Amino acid sequence: MKFDTPAGTNPIDRLKVVGKATDRIDGPFKTTGTAPYANDWHDPQAKLAYGVVVGATIAKGRIASMDLGAAKAAPGVVAIVTADNAGKLGKGKLNTAKLLGGPEIEHYHQAVAVVVAETFEQARAAAALVKVKYTATEGAFDLASVKDGAKDPGDVQGSPSSSSVGDFAGAFASAPVKLDESYETPDHAHAMMEPHASVASWDGDKVTVWTSNQMIAWGTRDLALTLDVPQEKVRMVSPFIGGGFGGKLFLRSEALLAALGARAAGRAVKVALTRPQMFNNTTHRPATLQRIRIGATPDGKITAIGHESWSGDLPEGGPEAAVLQTRLLYAAPNRMTALRLVVLDLPEGNAMRAPGEAPGLMALEVAMDEMAEKLGIDPVRFREINDTQVDPEKPERAFSQRSLVACLRQGAERFGWDKRGKPGQVRDGRWLVGMGMASAFRNNMVLKSAARVRLDGKGMVIVETDMTDIGNGSYTIIGQTAAEMMGVTLDKVIVRLGDSDFPVSSGSGGQFGANSSTSGVYAACMKLREAVAGKLGFNSADAVFEDGQVRSGNRNVPLAQAATGGDIVAEDAIEFGDLDKTHQQSTFGGHFVEVGVDVATAEIRVRRMLAVCASGRILNPKSARSQVIGGMTMGVGAALMEELAVDTKRGYFVNHDLAGYEVPVHADIPHQEVIFLDEVDPMSSPMKAKGVGELGICGVGAAVANAVYNATGLRVRDYPITLDKLLNRMPDAA
Amino acid sequence: MVAASATAALAAVPSAAGAAPAGTDKPVLAKVGFTVNGERRELELDTRTSLLDAVREHLHLTGAKKGCDHGQCGACTMIVDGRRINSCLTLAVMHQDASVMTIEGLGKPGDLHPMQAAFVKHDGYQCGFCTPGQICSSVAVIAEIKSGIPSHVSADLNGTYEVTDAEIRERMSGNICRCGAYSNIVEAITEVAGKQA
Repeated sequence: MKFDTPAGTNPIDRLKVVGKATDRIDGPFKTTGTAPYANDWHDPQAKLAYGVVVGATIAKGRIASMDLGAAKAAPGVVAIVTADNAGKLGKGKLNTAKLLGGPEIEHYHQAVAVVVAETFEQARAAAALVKVKYTATEGAFDLASVKDGAKDPGDVQGSPSSSSVGDFAGAFASAPVKLDESYETPDHAHAMMEPHASVASWDGDKVTVWTSNQMIAWGTRDLALTLDVPQEKVRMVSPFIGGGFGGKLFLRSEALLAALGARAAGRAVKVALTRPQMFNNTTHRPATLQRIRIGATPDGKITAIGHESWSGDLPEGGPEAAVLQTRLLYAAPNRMTALRLVVLDLPEGNAMRAPGEAPGLMALEVAMDEMAEKLGIDPVRFREINDTQVDPEKPERAFSQRSLVACLRQGAERFGWDKRGKPGQVRDGRWLVGMGMASAFRNNMVLKSAARVRLDGKGMVIVETDMTDIGNGSYTIIGQTAAEMMGVTLDKVIVRLGDSDFPVSSGSGGQFGANSSTSGVYAACMKLREAVAGKLGFNSADAVFEDGQVRSGNRNVPLAQAATGGDIVAEDAIEFGDLDKTHQQSTFGGHFVEVGVDVATAEIRVRRMLAVCASGRILNPKSARSQVIGGMTMGVGAALMEELAVDTKRGYFVNHDLAGYEVPVHADIPHQEVIFLDEVDPMSSPMKAKGVGELGICGVGAAVANAVYNATGLRVRDYPITLDKLLNRMPDAA
Repeated sequence: MVAASATAALAAVPSAAGAAPAGTDKPVLAKVGFTVNGERRELELDTRTSLLDAVREHLHLTGAKKGCDHGQCGACTMIVDGRRINSCLTLAVMHQDASVMTIEGLGKPGDLHPMQAAFVKHDGYQCGFCTPGQICSSVAVIAEIKSGIPSHVSADLNGTYEVTDAEIRERMSGNICRCGAYSNIVEAITEVAGKQA
């Protein structure tokens, strides 16, 4: 089904199942430990072997020699695979560094071997006996020190890395009120709870990998490319994914090494990265250095806005696109943005939840707060003054929907924004209390997505698509979509996901999954409705699917009756035309945060959080709300604690586990409130929905930072805002 | 941010020197017996086997998860002899005749424990990977509060304690949820504690 004209009224608009705050249909499995994650898989008929990965202990250079003797002789060892004996290996399209290094080493903890043994304990012990000698070479590890050599990275996400409208330099120079500030965001780790894990098993020349991957079709393609086998020889199964956040968008080393280990061992092999390997072996969100310039008239009209960002990656890698939102978020006649890239020999940088916008808004929305203060205008009002309903670079291109101002106004009212005091002036016992806000913004991407639906003789509707559920609620919203389309209750729908034998979906990422994959299910259900109507002798245009019946005129037939002679199967994909080009499709929100800062210790505690979101139709308010609070929680982490500490001599992330890389825990997070504006976007898809999974993290870090400023009167421009950056400047505790 | 769990050294495992026995040593096997979810189980294990790996890899009860394997995340939480523990931080052979309760022992789909049902109702999870540990911890936390065990946020070490938001958040901080379902988990625990009161 081609979606190239705005959606009219369709069966989803009935909202009997879609749009309801329904409990997740996979909930009873997740809460009882019966949902099968990658590493839970075992074959009752055959004994697994266990693989443990050996990681490089230099950041750049070559393997001089490898001594596998002791490891091979260790008890229980079945096989050891290295680049020397793995056979010819290619590289996945979406991998920057090789997943099995050697002799060249491209980053610290790049895998150099997998040791396979009868038991996990034996494999772990033997892996520690692998002796590798390296010849290290010099690398670049410190972004700030190589920033001046940054290059233009060329096109980024399909558009030039620099943008320019009007005369930015002239307008900024002559602006009556100016801000020119620099901001830093550190490297971030996805730190999803489930380590990268795979079990691989060969049957002849075909390999099946039970894995944890957000994008099944990318994963099978890249594993086939890397193993140098045809893609049809690779099957991936990933029904449950213990968190991804972008870290499982790509084929990673454990899947490749499970496949290679299983081939060498001649039986199924299970490989999981250890927690301390994850931070340097896999991808991360790259650090940024950002410069923002804003010029405005005294009444708060922005006349010039400029945003530049520098980041680093391995050779052939890309930049963190931290300036892209600045091209769309606020009106101004004169504008410029630029992304610059340096080569860093740290582990591979790549997408993490809201790549670009998450770190970009951490800077831009603090700059907006600073500028509002310079102007003496309330930060909410300042954003309202500079709202735009069209793409500021191409005014002929309108936003399909843009309710930013409504989000901010409603949020301000709900949060009690009018009670915000002057910086450093509000006390509650030992706490200095402050409020901060920020705009939330994230583009709505749409991707082709296919599904297969089957009606059986019992009236059950079975949906199959390689879409993944990474916690985003895919099982439930896909079930709701099929139930709505076929006129049945949710308990009559069975949803099967995450298997490369199923039609190729959008996958989960970039907050495109919910809208795209349910639209694919919509398309397949439209075909199934036609087939059912035809079978029952109805004109499909007149047939109404409702209450488990198919009705046309005064004739009423149970849906199941259509399949009495055999299952009816339909398959289709949604393919998107150019509505996302003719109109700018984005999602919007407002974040409001209250913090307390201890007057004596500068300890920062988040006290209240509210997000108001405008994201098109909300398919399931319960799971969508969870996506938003999850983003808000990760944003608190980015604001207050998350930072991969770079060893700029040895070139690796030092704090590579969950004790060193701190993420928010229960005690860090207060009650969180989320409001969704009642909105539908017919430009987006037949579902009229948009993404929401990443909107929650966008801007929230800046809202926390702005609240800390309001509490203390101290501005911190290098994240995370830890107490040591406040302590010696704190206002008198008297 | 709150270090509620034991921490481990920042070693580059598994290649850290000294972590392994000499290469030619045969694994030392030992017999151990305990009950798991009320059922007596006898195992002969490599003595290096953690309780978590014994249950997951040898008994194929895979509800408890391996999130970090060194006591930093709580995904492996089990209730052993009435107390919650990180099952990755303890060797199976240390638990002769113990009574081990895993998530599978609390309830099943269609017959959920009240805490499991409350997690479903309040959407106290997203990806679900930390969920078995969160739920085992939640059940134990309510019992700890009711039996008068104080926490870091308790005002009085010898008092009696209520199931407040602050007590729940403090006591649950050893169970990390990267999806960020904390706000919902607190609601689920509060509801169950209220019903039991």
